[in-house]
Amino acid sequence: MDAILLQILNGLDKGSAYALIALGLTLIFGTLGVVNFAHGALFMIGAFCAVTLNRILTMGHQVIDPTRTDFLGNPLKVDVPYLHGLFGESMGNAIIDWSVPLAILISIPVMVIIGVIMERGLIRHFYKRPHADQILVTFGLAIVLQEIIKYFYGANPIPTPAPAAFSGTFDFGAAMGFDPHTIIYPLWRMLYFAFSVIIISGIFAFLRFTTFGMVVRAGMADRETVGLLGIDIDKRFTFMFGLAAAVAGLAGVMYAPIVSPNYHIGMDFLVLSFVVVVVGGMGSLPGAVLAGFLLGILESFASMAWVLNILPGLNQIIIYLVAIIILLVRPRGLMGRKGVMEE
Amino acid sequence: MSKSDFTRRGVLGTGALAGAGLAMPTILTAGSHAGYTNEPSGDTVTLGFNVPQTGPYADEGADELRAYELAVEHLNGGGDGGMMNTFSSKALKGSGILGKKVEFVTGDTQTKSDAARASAKSMIEKDGAVMITGGSSSGVAVAVQALCQEAGVIFMAGLTHSNDTTGKDKKANGFRHFFNSYMSGAALAPVLKANYGADRNAFHLTADYNWGYTTEEAVRASTEAMGWNTVNTILTPLTQTDFSSYIAQVLQSDADVLVLNHYGGNMVNSLTNAVQFGLRDKVVNGKNFEIVVPLYSRLMAKGAGANVKGIFGSTNWHWSLQDEGTKAFVKSFGTKYGFPPSQAAHTCYVQALLYADAAERAGTFNPCGIVEALEGFEFDGMGNGPTLYRAEDHQCFKDVLVVKGKEEPDSDFDLLEIVEVTPVAQVTYPPNHPMFGGPEATLGSCNPGA
Repeated sequence: MDAILLQILNGLDKGSAYALIALGLTLIFGTLGVVNFAHGALFMIGAFCAVTLNRILTMGHQVIDPTRTDFLGNPLKVDVPYLHGLFGESMGNAIIDWSVPLAILISIPVMVIIGVIMERGLIRHFYKRPHADQILVTFGLAIVLQEIIKYFYGANPIPTPAPAAFSGTFDFGAAMGFDPHTIIYPLWRMLYFAFSVIIISGIFAFLRFTTFGMVVRAGMADRETVGLLGIDIDKRFTFMFGLAAAVAGLAGVMYAPIVSPNYHIGMDFLVLSFVVVVVGGMGSLPGAVLAGFLLGILESFASMAWVLNILPGLNQIIIYLVAIIILLVRPRGLMGRKGVMEE
Repeated sequence: MSKSDFTRRGVLGTGALAGAGLAMPTILTAGSHAGYTNEPSGDTVTLGFNVPQTGPYADEGADELRAYELAVEHLNGGGDGGMMNTFSSKALKGSGILGKKVEFVTGDTQTKSDAARASAKSMIEKDGAVMITGGSSSGVAVAVQALCQEAGVIFMAGLTHSNDTTGKDKKANGFRHFFNSYMSGAALAPVLKANYGADRNAFHLTADYNWGYTTEEAVRASTEAMGWNTVNTILTPLTQTDFSSYIAQVLQSDADVLVLNHYGGNMVNSLTNAVQFGLRDKVVNGKNFEIVVPLYSRLMAKGAGANVKGIFGSTNWHWSLQDEGTKAFVKSFGTKYGFPPSQAAHTCYVQALLYADAAERAGTFNPCGIVEALEGFEFDGMGNGPTLYRAEDHQCFKDVLVVKGKEEPDSDFDLLEIVEVTPVAQVTYPPNHPMFGGPEATLGSCNPGA
């Protein structure tokens, strides 16, 4: 029982990232009709916002420590962050410790700007082109962004720890009346789940309860009619692209302490997220979220040892297996609408 | 008194004839050996450095390339000579190899077997490389080694740790200086027993590919032999980034040790996840929970940050060793590039020098001459103490380092501390050991190619 509970928790936590990325993909597809293969790269850039802020905060000057030597036997040069000079050592270290939460604030404007530049500068020119062209150009863009990041940060993963206050674990077992130490879960991962629920609810509320959101939804349903009513839907859709980029970026920033970011992290998520979108139903926001969590949970269960003893290798194919079954049984996905990508 | 029919002249004449007759086959074989793939005709010789320049191991590949460039510089008489000054063989004079200036071409393995074979093939066929070396994966090493065997050039493996490279898939034209899974297991087991006791329950997470299998097999065999019990093993996909669903199962088992048969990015992520889940603070059966990483890479361990502290593993070489060879290499590498070399850089540098030295001693670049010169070759002064290139499997036998994540690192590259230098006798195995393909696995014969 506690093993199952633990895997459900794990699935929700995995699913959070899938859902956030798939939500952004669907927002872009639903509004602009573009299949954006560069969306994983936006997630990666988000994670690197955290890495970059950490680098900026730890920038400093070198002080020679005569008591220690470096690998060549010369006196050791120790980096002292400028923050120590500005705020004192303990305060400076506290700010560096909190670099990931601080990066959340910075990543929002950065990601919106990157999103808008991407849309206005490149993707806009491909609206009227076939989906295959869109996929090729966005996939190419993803590779270019990846290589840029690799050029500056190298290929190895870069550790980006969560603040010390969140790097511990929470004992669910004890809290829920089971034996202590049986269901413990990392605090940061729980925070990630809570964070994704807040972001997803925020996006839904924005689309449902604001005039802007209403226009966007109307545009998603019938772009031409909204245009005929004299509303500049393109401008709103550009904003939605920026918003989707920000969601992917936030998902990336928050993910940095979970898996040390490297240039490839976006690609790892991209294919999965597309499966999530297809399973959820192209263009359906609730479908993307539902499928994200569902596939996260299924993936967790498929990696359990007793399952693998019966069906070895299931952990490698489960997501695709589910996608095949869903597409056979419900060709439009779980919550897909008629007419989307069917013209 | 009997009278002999032998006269002095007669004996001499017959002897000369017999001698010529005996020498005939040698002369004929030597004649047929004269032609071999990419025999250098001008005043230069080209070596092919096949390293990952793109993909997840690109940083390790870059370090390998730095080492090769340094080796070429030293072979051609530039720089301070590095390990050429400490190497026990004195055949190398800093005048290239056999009087020919060393040039090199590079290929990108991308850590994919097909890409690595394609780049090796191109370097052999288009650039005339007489030897291929490098790489950061066993899959690639086995694939390129087989290609070099067919093409008739020597393959000096880079970082490859799977038993199969010099076991089931060994080839006469291929040589490995790096250590292997068996040696890691044999070196680690006594240290683990001394630190964690003989009564332990181990849980293995193993990367689902060739290297993972041989490492799990080796570590299981050596730890079970000293009394540990293996409670479970799970194969994890090579592309996995989040290992939480596997770590969660470790948490719920009665295991008190987690063995991560993961390398590179996999190791960074699984170790980070394990620490996140509080495994290191856990107490099982009255014992502190422990994590073991059989193969450490200092370059990659950096990605796991503070999570490596106190965790045992093994490594082929480390820059903090204090022998003369290591000091000379670290000095010339560190002065040129500003940071100490990785174990990948070390093994590649040594392999390049060993090849050059073998060619000098053999007096030819002919692969069969090189094979003869390297087989059973004993040397020292290259950072690992006295070392033997065993003739039966072309595997180097030398001491193995057991290391531990350092508690108080001084810098980004000061992550590991040496716990024990395991003597070579403890990691030596018979060439027909079952983990190495048993009696069926053979080197075959050397192929000089064209």
